[in-house]
Amino acid sequence: MGEFCQWNDILLTMSLGINYFLYLCAHIIKLNINQNNNIMAIVKLKKGFDIQLLGAISNPGMSDADRPKSVAVVPDDFQGIIPRMEKKEGEHVACGEPLYHDKNHEAIKVVSPVSGTVKEVRRGERRHIDAIVIAPDGGNDVITHDLKHDAEQVLLESGLWVMMRQRPYDVVPAPGVKPNNVFVTAFDSAPLAPDLAVVLGEKSKYIAKGVEVLAGLTAGKVYIGVREGQNIEVPGAVVTTFVGPHPAGNVGVQINNTVPVNKGEVVWTMDIVTLARIGELFTSGKVSHDTVVAVTGEMVQQPRYVKCVMGADLETVLKNELTNVAHSRIINGNVLTGVKVEATQWLRAPYRHITIIPENNHPDEFMGWVSLCPSRFSIYRTFTTWLGGLKKPVSFDSRIKGGERAIVRTGEYDAMLPMDIYGEFLIKAIISGDIDKMEQLGIYEIAPEDFALAEFADTSKLELQRIVREGLDRLRAEMS
Amino acid sequence: MKALRNFMNKIEPSFRPGGKLAKLESVYDGMETFLFTPNATSRSGAHIHDGNDMKRTMITVVVALIPALLFGMYNIGYQHYLAIGHSHEGWFTMWLYGLLAMLPVIVVSYVVGLGIEFISAQIHHKEIQEGFLVTGILIPLIVPINTPLWMTAVATAFAVIFAKEVFGGTGMNIFNVALITRAFLFFAYPSRMSGDEAFVKLDSALGMGGGTVVDGFTGATPLGQVATNVGDQLHMTNIMGEPISCLDAFIGFIPGSPGETSMIAILLGAALLLLTGIASWRIMCSVFVGGLGMAALAHALPSATYPASLLDPWTQLCLGGFAFGAVFMATDPVTGARTKIGQYIYGLLIGVFAILIRVYNSGYPEGMMLAILLMNAFAPLIDHCVVSSNIKRRARRAAIKE
Repeated sequence: MGEFCQWNDILLTMSLGINYFLYLCAHIIKLNINQNNNIMAIVKLKKGFDIQLLGAISNPGMSDADRPKSVAVVPDDFQGIIPRMEKKEGEHVACGEPLYHDKNHEAIKVVSPVSGTVKEVRRGERRHIDAIVIAPDGGNDVITHDLKHDAEQVLLESGLWVMMRQRPYDVVPAPGVKPNNVFVTAFDSAPLAPDLAVVLGEKSKYIAKGVEVLAGLTAGKVYIGVREGQNIEVPGAVVTTFVGPHPAGNVGVQINNTVPVNKGEVVWTMDIVTLARIGELFTSGKVSHDTVVAVTGEMVQQPRYVKCVMGADLETVLKNELTNVAHSRIINGNVLTGVKVEATQWLRAPYRHITIIPENNHPDEFMGWVSLCPSRFSIYRTFTTWLGGLKKPVSFDSRIKGGERAIVRTGEYDAMLPMDIYGEFLIKAIISGDIDKMEQLGIYEIAPEDFALAEFADTSKLELQRIVREGLDRLRAEMS
Repeated sequence: MKALRNFMNKIEPSFRPGGKLAKLESVYDGMETFLFTPNATSRSGAHIHDGNDMKRTMITVVVALIPALLFGMYNIGYQHYLAIGHSHEGWFTMWLYGLLAMLPVIVVSYVVGLGIEFISAQIHHKEIQEGFLVTGILIPLIVPINTPLWMTAVATAFAVIFAKEVFGGTGMNIFNVALITRAFLFFAYPSRMSGDEAFVKLDSALGMGGGTVVDGFTGATPLGQVATNVGDQLHMTNIMGEPISCLDAFIGFIPGSPGETSMIAILLGAALLLLTGIASWRIMCSVFVGGLGMAALAHALPSATYPASLLDPWTQLCLGGFAFGAVFMATDPVTGARTKIGQYIYGLLIGVFAILIRVYNSGYPEGMMLAILLMNAFAPLIDHCVVSSNIKRRARRAAIKE
């Protein structure tokens, strides 16, 4: 046993020595970056991967969708909120009028994006509210907010509060807690993602106002993450440029590479579109529920931007695109983090993006695991795809292409996660329910979406986003 | 394929719960996923997935082992015909003899190992995992050719059950399963695992070959000869007593376990593993660097008491199982270190310990197996230290803020 102890010491010293050296190096590099910070910081990220899919928008023209036949609010879109209905079926709602509030914080309201009648409160198992369907009446009945009130109260009342998220836990922020900082991502780096500048359009003029409002609500600063070449100059905001492949646009990645979240701290996160909406609210007193979505993907005949109302029914939004519904998978959001929806459902509030891909375009592929076919896409060199280059747009269906296994290959998650976090060890801590380890390894800094690319790349086919979500929920329950 | 698909669909119901063959459900699932890429589409999280899966990963490792396997077969035949004085036989005859000699071992290894995996999968109602695809071919490559089949069977069963299944199956084991098989044999039946009779097959293989052994035959491996060397000069010979060089060991015309003799064949496999990114180059290179360093140190202080210290460092790496272990065993991701920094330390120490044991412990002329198993036990500790530094950094960051 004595021998073992000695070895233990030697190993420990050696590894700590090397680590300390690396830490110092990292520190020196960071210091150099920080010195240039005053002008505009540039953070270069090497890890990650840009998946090129068929069905990108080639012509950034925009079409207007018709007036929606129905509009819905889906409570699952607002993590951490337990709905308590304020409106009953058959009641009239104005545009911007609360439909329900949070069980734990009555001040948090979720509002109707249109004026109309509550047609149906659709319930699933154990009376879980799946969707609140509203029949729009085309009326112009819009709620106007009194801007003399406290900014937090206006945000809560307006329904824009639930469009924000907080770290830790990646949930709707709790009211009454002053965030340490606010982080806004100004670009989406996911596959086929819309150009948020196009989505913003004219609304970009409200960004400065949004920053001003949020700066008043945080104890720290408002940070905006932009991609190379994107010029956003806002007084009062710290703008950081992120260079590198997806997930550089993930706000979590941006936080970790600028001002990481520590235990006990709270930061708010959102994208630039929500920021502009906040600015608009505090300029005009009204919330805009219009949105622009990118309709993309292999199964879309003509990928394009569509202007419509948040929560609009997909039949209206997609109109001519729903030709081969049986073999398509309609995704609200991108292929990595979005949610699967049916053609009869609605555009979900947090997303600026619809992707339609084939469900399974190669049924019963014979012995695909020995395939030498270069079109079978893999980022790993166990297949021959890489010989032809990985930058050509490829077709992807939604097959998992393998069985779920224990984590075997090393470094797969780390290569897809440009954060100072040992992803694999964190996932293992979550699976084993070790709360101390989760905290120590940085669970407060992550959201499920940060592991989406790793989930795509995972040879073991684990449902990493689900695992992270369950870990966050568990920790949140434990801490409250 | 359509016919096969229809046939699989037709027989499916009898394997499902309530069917006549419900006890073989895992076997059916195993066959089905072997033949057809699963049609399952994603239900949560990411909607698209990379084409790579565990089957592909494991089969790539098996492909990387093929050069060593083919050369191993040839060398078995070569050594056999040399021993019976028929060294003029054609290469195909030699290879065929080796094939026939190894075939029973391969069959025993796969039947026993996969049998236990199937049973275990059925008990736990899980899918059959692919881990044994690789282990099953590694075992025949590292077990001396003259090992009785029943010993191989017992050792394989022991390793699969006690080194893998009790820990939760593929991906959960602490020690490399193939090496546990080897270690079990080594410690349970030491007389059959070393010495003159272990490595050169002299009798006929499934009716082929066989004959009178010529005079002057000695079946000891070069490392075995080194261990018993007397004096300041090394005398390494082949089985006929003719002197051999480092080049013979590099190409592989020396007695030894089937997979380990040819450095060229092993390097071909290493090239594939590194190209496909399956093996960690950090581990592989570190093992060679550590081994080379330790061998150079030992060689700088030569001593007749420790005859292996007389070997020059390059020969040291070409002999025995060092290269095979470095390329195929140390790089096993499940039992090795998983952090990048940890992999350097892990590999380096394997190399150092392998040569340390080889040179300064005359009881074990071959140190690679023990070095890797030892470091398997330490890999979690190394990772723990590396990950702790990340944890400490995070804690310090929070403390500064306050």
